[in-house]
Amino acid sequence: MVGQHGWRQYRWVIFFLAPGLIGLLLFTLGPILASLGLTMFQWDLITPPVFVGLNNFRELFANSDFWVALQHTLYFVVGYVPLVMLLALVVALMLNQRVRGLALYRTIFFIPVVSSWVVISLLGKWIFNPRFGLVNFGLHLLGIQGPAWLFSAQWAMPAIILTSVWKDVGFVMVMFLAGLQTIPAEYREASQLDGANRYHHFRFITLPLLSPTTFFALIISMVASFQVFDQFWIMSEAGNKDATTVIVQQIVQNAFSYGRMGTAAALSWVLFAFIFLMTLVQLRLQRVWVNYA
Amino acid sequence: MLNMPVTTKMTYHQTAARRRWLPSGLGAWIIYVPLTISALIMIVPFIWMVSTSLTTDQYVLSATPALIPQPATLNSYVQLFQLMNIGGMFINSLFVTTLTTLGQVLTSAMAAYAFARMQWRGRNVVFVLYLVTLMVPSQVTIVPLFILMRLLGWVNTYQALILPGLFSAFGTFLLRQSFSGIPRELEEAAFLDGASHFTVFRRVVLPLSGPGLATLTVFSFMGSWNAYLWPLFVARQDSMLTLPVGLARLQGQHLTQWNLVMAGAVISIIPIVIVYLFAQKSFVRGIALTGSKG
Repeated sequence: MVGQHGWRQYRWVIFFLAPGLIGLLLFTLGPILASLGLTMFQWDLITPPVFVGLNNFRELFANSDFWVALQHTLYFVVGYVPLVMLLALVVALMLNQRVRGLALYRTIFFIPVVSSWVVISLLGKWIFNPRFGLVNFGLHLLGIQGPAWLFSAQWAMPAIILTSVWKDVGFVMVMFLAGLQTIPAEYREASQLDGANRYHHFRFITLPLLSPTTFFALIISMVASFQVFDQFWIMSEAGNKDATTVIVQQIVQNAFSYGRMGTAAALSWVLFAFIFLMTLVQLRLQRVWVNYA
Repeated sequence: MLNMPVTTKMTYHQTAARRRWLPSGLGAWIIYVPLTISALIMIVPFIWMVSTSLTTDQYVLSATPALIPQPATLNSYVQLFQLMNIGGMFINSLFVTTLTTLGQVLTSAMAAYAFARMQWRGRNVVFVLYLVTLMVPSQVTIVPLFILMRLLGWVNTYQALILPGLFSAFGTFLLRQSFSGIPRELEEAAFLDGASHFTVFRRVVLPLSGPGLATLTVFSFMGSWNAYLWPLFVARQDSMLTLPVGLARLQGQHLTQWNLVMAGAVISIIPIVIVYLFAQKSFVRGIALTGSKG
């Protein structure tokens, strides 16, 4: 494969590859392996690490905090993923109608996407403030007494889900828009000739042709929603933290507050296992509904 | 495409003209009204952010939120600068983001060149290594990375903030894709003229990969400017804070002064919005690429 250049060619390969590869080994692959090893130790970074085998996992699964955090994470995934995808699809379908001012609309939907989670979470906190926030002010105008949102065990999660959807809808929308633009406009004319109405066209032409995009948007938003942290860390109100703790929050707490590096590493692998499993399930399911023409 | 009469004899120009804009009348309203309402929902919080940052404390806690503050004042910004070293945080963020972005684009471009434009034994094996790291979420590596930083004595240093971000498997993928599309003839001509790989990289491949490089640059800038979890781990000393971490500290402990928080939010959002406005195409292209590649 090297060809007649031999060693000279290899020198160039090393030259181009080394910086990235060394970084990858030191700061990603190495830590991945270290993290696997770490799951089998108890270590507070002060006293020497103690080998505990699979005990970290055993303790984790016996701990109700873990199951509660898992429930919260799943609640978030189930609430956030369908909502963000549906809204993004609707907006993309509207923008795909050759509207005037497409760039302006896209920019508006994109401002939350480029903003940091910190800014978005702080804004979310302010907007969902039960007494002075915009949301309850709006509800008040409609004659509805708004809930306490982040201060309420019941309403904190919906508030965080809505804030997250607000941030990400523009991102998923752009993915859908790109997918929609690959569908030739001639198909619409053809289906009209065959007597299809708009619903038929959407249901039997647009949706199937869009399904690879839908599938990818689903995978991306699902994987991301298992890894949520920033908005939960910032938006949780002091007295109401237990209502919303998610897995990554537990990783951070174990590593930082409790000095349990092994537990934190074990948690991160459980998270990975979940993401991996869910992705596998989706990959299986895609055969049923994704149409690769 | 709405309310279109079924016409069989449609010339190309008619079709093109018809497709350009929505027809007026009812069909257009069905689109524009919900679209504008949802756009308003998206943008109003930001308008409110700006307006809150221009009020004084006493006006913030009023029962009827005002989108245009009366009177408007820059007091919150002055107070914010007195309260915390927000200028320093801004400079930290800018420094870390600039170096991270430059480094990430450079290392990714070089590795992508080796993968896309060179033939060598073991290429596929190394590429699989890159693939593996893409699948593992960053939360898995963050704890050992933090321990590594502690062992090196790098907690609260710029190295800790910058070094781990200088390499990107995602960026390597993106650029490999973009480099692969360049026709072989161009570099073969250069090699015949005696050019080295480095010359081909610099004079042929990079100049022809503008859109890919721009996309990675904006994504990397955005990721680094907005990063929260890693800086939260390794930069906790006041002098090392980046904007997101510092901003998040403004609220929570005691009664939050929302006008100050919003002033900080405005300051932190301005650079990224400017980058977006200048590089809209690259952002959109990047997301579209992620979506279509699978």
